[in-house]
Amino acid sequence: MILHNTGQFRMKLTLRQRQIIWAYAFLSVSLVFFIVIRWYPTLLAFNISFRDWNVFESSGPWVGMDNFAEIWEDAFKPRSAVRAAFTNTILYVVYGVPLQLIFGLGIALLLSQIRRFSAFFRVAYFAPYVTSAVAIAFVWNWLYQPQDGLINQFLSALHLPNQPFTSSPKQALLSVTAVAVWQNVGFAIIIFLAGIQQIPETYYEAARIDGANGWQIFWRITLPLLNPVIVYLTVLSTISYLRLFALVQNMSPQGTGGPLKSTTTVVLEVYREGFSSYNMGYAGALTVILFFVILLITVVQLKFLTRRFEY
Amino acid sequence: MTTSIETSADRTLQLAERVVSSGPRRPRGRFSWTEALAYLLLSLGVVVMVTPFLWMLLTSFKSAPELLQFAFLPENPTLDNYIRVLTTSSFPRWYVNSIVIAVISTASVIFFDSLVGYTLNKFEFPGKNLIFIGILGTLMVPTEMLIIPWYTMSVDFGWHVGVAQYWGIAFPGVITATGIFLMRQFFDGVPSELLDAARIDGVNEFGIWWRIAMPLVKPAIAALAIFNFIGNWNAYLWPLIVANGRNYYTLPVGLSFFRGESTTEWEKIMTAASLASIPLLAVFLLFQKQIIKGIALTGLKA
Repeated sequence: MILHNTGQFRMKLTLRQRQIIWAYAFLSVSLVFFIVIRWYPTLLAFNISFRDWNVFESSGPWVGMDNFAEIWEDAFKPRSAVRAAFTNTILYVVYGVPLQLIFGLGIALLLSQIRRFSAFFRVAYFAPYVTSAVAIAFVWNWLYQPQDGLINQFLSALHLPNQPFTSSPKQALLSVTAVAVWQNVGFAIIIFLAGIQQIPETYYEAARIDGANGWQIFWRITLPLLNPVIVYLTVLSTISYLRLFALVQNMSPQGTGGPLKSTTTVVLEVYREGFSSYNMGYAGALTVILFFVILLITVVQLKFLTRRFEY
Repeated sequence: MTTSIETSADRTLQLAERVVSSGPRRPRGRFSWTEALAYLLLSLGVVVMVTPFLWMLLTSFKSAPELLQFAFLPENPTLDNYIRVLTTSSFPRWYVNSIVIAVISTASVIFFDSLVGYTLNKFEFPGKNLIFIGILGTLMVPTEMLIIPWYTMSVDFGWHVGVAQYWGIAFPGVITATGIFLMRQFFDGVPSELLDAARIDGVNEFGIWWRIAMPLVKPAIAALAIFNFIGNWNAYLWPLIVANGRNYYTLPVGLSFFRGESTTEWEKIMTAASLASIPLLAVFLLFQKQIIKGIALTGLKA
């Protein structure tokens, strides 16, 4: 009896030990990856942001908060690129996120109303999302051309004045935002559709029996129950607009975020500072700022979403 | 309440399924004004969504003089632009580069993400939570913050020259935290009893994962694969930085440089844009159900 027990005990122990060995064997490559390719570079990014790393040397002198101080100063200089980058990035978020959510929700609601061809509509609305931003930027550059662009040809046909779009500092940012919304609205539609499908049909039936009209149903049932989806999409699209790069670079002349810095973004300035001027420390400090902004937004989202909604 | 066997992963899968199944909320039959209006508005929207693509394609079949006389359809459709772009630029090479990188990263992601997801779900070992948090925590760090360190690393290791550039471009995406998170949740649906039965039959742990658990999470793997392939195919910022010399550009990077060389030759730029976007659009049309389901899935899970 005793012998049997110890035998079983030993079996269990070795089984558990073998499981631990297998687990670590399975994890080994990935652990190395996350330490070397993710964690170490994260720490290195902070480190670089405290250095004056100007040319392509293996290291640069430690300068403490100098890069951040310089960014702070530049942010208040009237015509500095960094000031333009911060202002524009905020504007992209302020214009882009609400537009994307409103169009996304509107189209998702329409899609949930129809009974045929929904596959066709989904494909059409979603196609830009899977297309390269560079290709999209060029197609819209062509559409936006001041004289022979399709949009201005169309405006001329309607006897409306031609618009400069991306060639004017006044219209460029909104023109780029429009393309970003056009490209990403498909994602919002799909997530909203999933959210709408989650709302039990019985709620709508009960509301109709009580004599609620479509408008009331939307405001009292659909919208409140979509709240978690709205929060989630707001955070996700805010982050994606904060990181805008490919569209802006390829829609502005020579990829500089022009005309007159009117479309430049934080990430574009990181790229230009870091990889055109080789001002690595300054560029690194900019990315650290971006990191903290995104972190803040994510933490706020977690606060909002910890309460799980039950339908 | 759902039945106890049904896991949260199953529910998400069903939900994602419902997004792509054209399910009418109301009974079939009767004509309704709401529905008619919905069709009208959606069709207007489709015009806005499709016209840019159409215009890109139509332009690519026009000759340079034809662009000046405004006509929607090409009068004498020509393939000249395609022949010129494909023979005078490095487009064929960029295709190969994009395919190589997307295939390698996707294969690696399928293997490692599901292996780690499986281990974190089915094994008990010390340090499990720490490792899980350590992996999830990397999601907090935007890639923009890592490009400078990655670049200095690539320079140190020589990943920015010669054939090593394939690795240089691909390495940040060969294992992904989102994929691990997704797979970890999907392995919930695989009953541990099944794995124990295989253990008693003497199958080794690797075989249990690969031959028994993996086939049971095929839909999740398909979603992960498609999602990753698209992401890698369209990746721009990092390949732009690390690829050094036109022979190692991926399609988006090559396309961007191509514009620099032919600023106002719109027929050529539109041909290049068509060449870069059509393969993926074709893949998307073929697998639209799986892709949209995959996006709904990863979107809902993340």
